[in-house]
Parts: sequence; C-alpha cells; structure tokens
Amino acid sequence: MRLVIPLAITFVTGMIMVLHFFVPHQPIKLLGDNLQDWFMIVTAASIFLGALNLMHVHFRKIKLKLKNWKYSPVTLTGFMVMFIAGLIYGVTEAKPFDFMFMNMVAPMGSTMFSLLAFFVASAAFRAFRASNWRATLLLTSAFIVMLGQVPIGAMIWDKIPLAKVWLMTFPNTAGQRAVMIGAAMGVVSTSLRMIFGIERSYLGGTD
Amino acid sequence: MKNLSAFLIILLLISAGAALADNADPPESVVTEAVEELEVRRAIDLEASDTPEDEGGSVSLTWLMETEGVTPDSLGVMRSDPFGGEEHITTLPVGTVMYRDQSANNGTEYNYWVVSYLGGTIEACSDRAVAISSAQWIYRGRIGMLIILFLIMAVIIYYIEIGKRGKELFIREIAGLTAVDDAVGRATEMGKPVLFIPGIMDMDNIQTIASIVILGRVARKTAEYGSPLLVPTCRSVVMSVAQEIVKEGYLQAGRSDAYNKENIQYLTDDQFGYAAGVDGIMVREKPAAIFLLGCFYAESLILAETGRSVGAIQIAGTAMPSQIPFFVAACDYTLIGEELFAASAYLSREPKLLGSLKGQDAGKLFFLILIIVGVIAASIGDFWSPMKSVAEFLRNLVTVN
Repeated sequence: MRLVIPLAITFVTGMIMVLHFFVPHQPIKLLGDNLQDWFMIVTAASIFLGALNLMHVHFRKIKLKLKNWKYSPVTLTGFMVMFIAGLIYGVTEAKPFDFMFMNMVAPMGSTMFSLLAFFVASAAFRAFRASNWRATLLLTSAFIVMLGQVPIGAMIWDKIPLAKVWLMTFPNTAGQRAVMIGAAMGVVSTSLRMIFGIERSYLGGTD
Repeated sequence: MKNLSAFLIILLLISAGAALADNADPPESVVTEAVEELEVRRAIDLEASDTPEDEGGSVSLTWLMETEGVTPDSLGVMRSDPFGGEEHITTLPVGTVMYRDQSANNGTEYNYWVVSYLGGTIEACSDRAVAISSAQWIYRGRIGMLIILFLIMAVIIYYIEIGKRGKELFIREIAGLTAVDDAVGRATEMGKPVLFIPGIMDMDNIQTIASIVILGRVARKTAEYGSPLLVPTCRSVVMSVAQEIVKEGYLQAGRSDAYNKENIQYLTDDQFGYAAGVDGIMVREKPAAIFLLGCFYAESLILAETGRSVGAIQIAGTAMPSQIPFFVAACDYTLIGEELFAASAYLSREPKLLGSLKGQDAGKLFFLILIIVGVIAASIGDFWSPMKSVAEFLRNLVTVN
C-alpha cells in the first residue's frame, strides 16, 4: 500500500493532465483546471513551511552556537522586519514594506545580477582558449559575435555584423533547437516513466 | 454726384447687413436637415460563431463599427433564442469589436445583434447573426502532436518490454553521470560536504523532478560514504520533497542516524537572493563537490563560478539552452538537455528504465527523419508543388495550436 497509493495518485493525476492538454471537453477540463488550482493553493500554503524552516534553522544555529551562527541574527532580523512591516502597514505602494523592498531588496538583487558581467568575463577567459580545433572554432565564433555586436566591428569590416547575424540565426539556432528537441524527448520519457510507475526512485525504492 | 455717392454707400451698407444676417442666422429648415443627416454609428459585419476548441457554452462575436456618424455612449450585446426570449447580455465600451458570450446553452440557436446606446436609449442596431454553441472533444490543432505522442509512447513501451526480457541495451557513456561517485568520493576523502542545488523552479517543473530523482541517488551515495549533504532550496515545496527524498536515501543506505533535516533548508523564493544565499554557503562551507541540476536562469553562472572559485568538482545539468554554455564554461561536467532526464535510468541501470531511454532515442531518430524529410520537401517544394504540400503537411503535424 505504501507504494500503490502514491503510484495510483501519480497515474490518475498524470493522465488527467495529459488529457487536459488534448481534450477541452468536460469533465477533463474541470478536473485539469482544478488540479492546477490545487497546485497553486499547495504552493501558496507551503510558503509558511519555508518560513518556519528558515526560522527553525537559524534559531537553532544561534541557540547551539553552531558554525557561522553570527550571520543568523542578520537573516532573522531582516525576515522579521519585513514580515512585521508587511503585516502592520500592508504591502502596497509608499508603505514601509514597499520602501524597504524598493530601496534594499531590489538594489541587492541588482547587485547580485551585476556580478554576472564579471563572471561572464572570467568564464569567457577560460573557455575561449584555442587548446584544440573545437575550442578554436568556439573562440572564432565568439570573437565574430562580440565584434558584430559593437560599432567597432562594422568599422573594421562592414560584413562582420552580417556574419554575426548568420552565426546567431543558423548554427546557434540549430544547436539550441537540437538541445530543445532532445530535452522535449527527455520530458516525454520521464513523464511516461513517472505516470506508468516505471520510475519509482522518488518513492524510495524500486520494489 | 453727392447724391449718387450717398446712394451707393447706403446700398453697400444694406448689402453688407444682409450678408451678415445670412451668416449669423441660417434658416431653421437648414439646421434641422443637418441634425437628421448625422445618425448614430452602428455595428456592421457582425459575425457569430461557436467558440472553437472549448467545452461548449460559448459563442464568439466580432464586428466593425461604422466610421461616419455620431459616436454612441456605449454598445450593448443582445440575443434571442428560438422561443422568442430576448435578453441584453452585456454593455461594452465604444471601441470594443469582439465579445465572447459564455452563457449560451449547447445546441440552442441564438440570434445576436449589437445595439448602440446614446443618452440611455437605443439609437441604432446592427444586422443579426446566428450561432449555435457546441462542445469539442479534442483540440484540432493538437491532433498531430497526439499522434506523435502515441507513436513515441508505443516505441518507449516496446523498448521497456525488451529491457524487461533482459536483452542487453547499449547506452553510451555519459561522463557527467559516471563522475557522480567520484565527486562524492572526493568529498568524503577531503572531509568536506556535498552541495546539491536543485534549480530555482518549483515541483511543477519537470527539470526539478528529474533533479530530485538524482538527489535520491546522490543522498544514498553520501549516506554510504558518510559525507554531509547540503541542499539549499528556492521553493518550500521542493524543500519538503527534498527532505523526504534525502531521508529515504539515508534509510536505504542503512544510515538513518546520519540524516540531518537541517541540512535541507529553504533560503528564499527570490532568484538573486537565492544565488546570494547559495554563494554564501559555498564560501563558508567550501564543499568539495557541487551538483547544479535542474532549471536555472541568470543565476547559473554566478553559482557555477563561485563553486569553481572554492575549488569544488562541479557537475551541472539543465535543459535550458541559454544556460548550458555557462555551465560548460564553468563546470567540470555538464549534462546537456536530455542527459539530465536520462540520469536516473543511467545511474540505476535498471533494464526497464534503460528500455525507456532506448525508446527516447528512437523518438529522437523519428524526429531526425521528420526534419530531414521536411527540409528536403520544403526546399524542393519551391520548384515542385506536390512536395510543397508534403512540407505543409509535416509543418501542420508538428505545430501545436
């Protein structure tokens, strides 16, 4: 029973969602829509689980003075201040919650995002080494695309932007679509394995 | 001479006065005619049809508005049924040119017309249009995909049966998956933890599901080797599922005592907040092995480069085409697209699962043939029309509407 009930639930819900994609008729549509709503409700409700876990983990760290426990009060303070501000004043515009979000959370997010520029540079520096013919091909393509993206490329030779467009439109799109087709086949295969109970490792065993 | 001049001046003044009187106050009959000519604009070319691809109970209406005339205050959609009942369905703002009546009964013939309101009264109405609502059993634009799905399912089930019979199935080596044991072993030797990042999407994403399945196997391996396993998550549901999966892995390895629930923790739903949190864990804990498996967006390189900077062996895998180059550049091993979904079967070596992998490959071969035939048909179709219809058929077959 420990395996049969989850497998039955997976099969029924999986089949409903597959049919929901192809059949607009009732009761499939109603069932499919309801299942999607249920997922939204479960996800929304589970945010409390996440918040509780966050509090539990950090309170425990402080209590037991575990490694790096000094960061935990910062996390908890940030969490509690935002939570209480939202609870008392609401989350609408021009309220303390919105002010903190726009002036603290959003800039910190942007800061993290801006790090990407430096990481791209360091990763490109390592990746674009002409160590073999494939790496050389990558290096040449990248060089053309980068030059084609900036005005100096066209100043050097007016065909460079055209070469960049060709590289992005044909070899790049073909490669991306190949990955997508392969991934789509993987999605179908994984879904079938799950729906038909062939893949059971997520239930804790193959018996 | 003086008399003549005075006469002319008087004549001019009289003419000017008459002309001014003409301009200032036109005859009453002319005003009436002008107002009668400006009629209220009405809806024209009204078309009513059953809403396609739905569960019924819906009729779609489209119309245009006359360009000349007085603009109405609002529009009203009216309908009558075969029993003579007339009803006003809705009032719409001027400028609306379509409406979907969701209150129709299937099989009932309705007459629809659009009226123009001005000052609260109906000043004009459109011609009538007739429609009957009905339910459809299948999305017509998805029939081709349904056929392809059945074919792929049949092939996968066929290969699963072959696998069950015990026939040896060749699966090419996937370096990233072969390295899983090495990565966990390295972490054990170095006495450092293993970090598993299941992407930033929720459990409704198939990549997260594939990632969680791999997490189960990694958890069993870390339990056997005795390495701590850290799983920071971006979604609460993923955290709950990951806790269960890891616990199960430890149970299967007979090391339930080593399971630490606090190691699978929720950080935040925020994309870059999560990236910052995971980067912090990497820098503080210095894991020896990092698994980045699942759905990633712009944070992929931030995570992978930080992982690289702490000297961890990194195995990444995603089906996001735009993030794969970042992982290839920054990680030791990368599972590209389908390899992420093949991981569970590859690691378990179960015949049934390997059979499904073989079926997946057969499906890819099918699409490869379809693409080649399509390219040839489309190329030749420019000169030979029968091939053009072949190309069109193939395009319709794989297009999902």
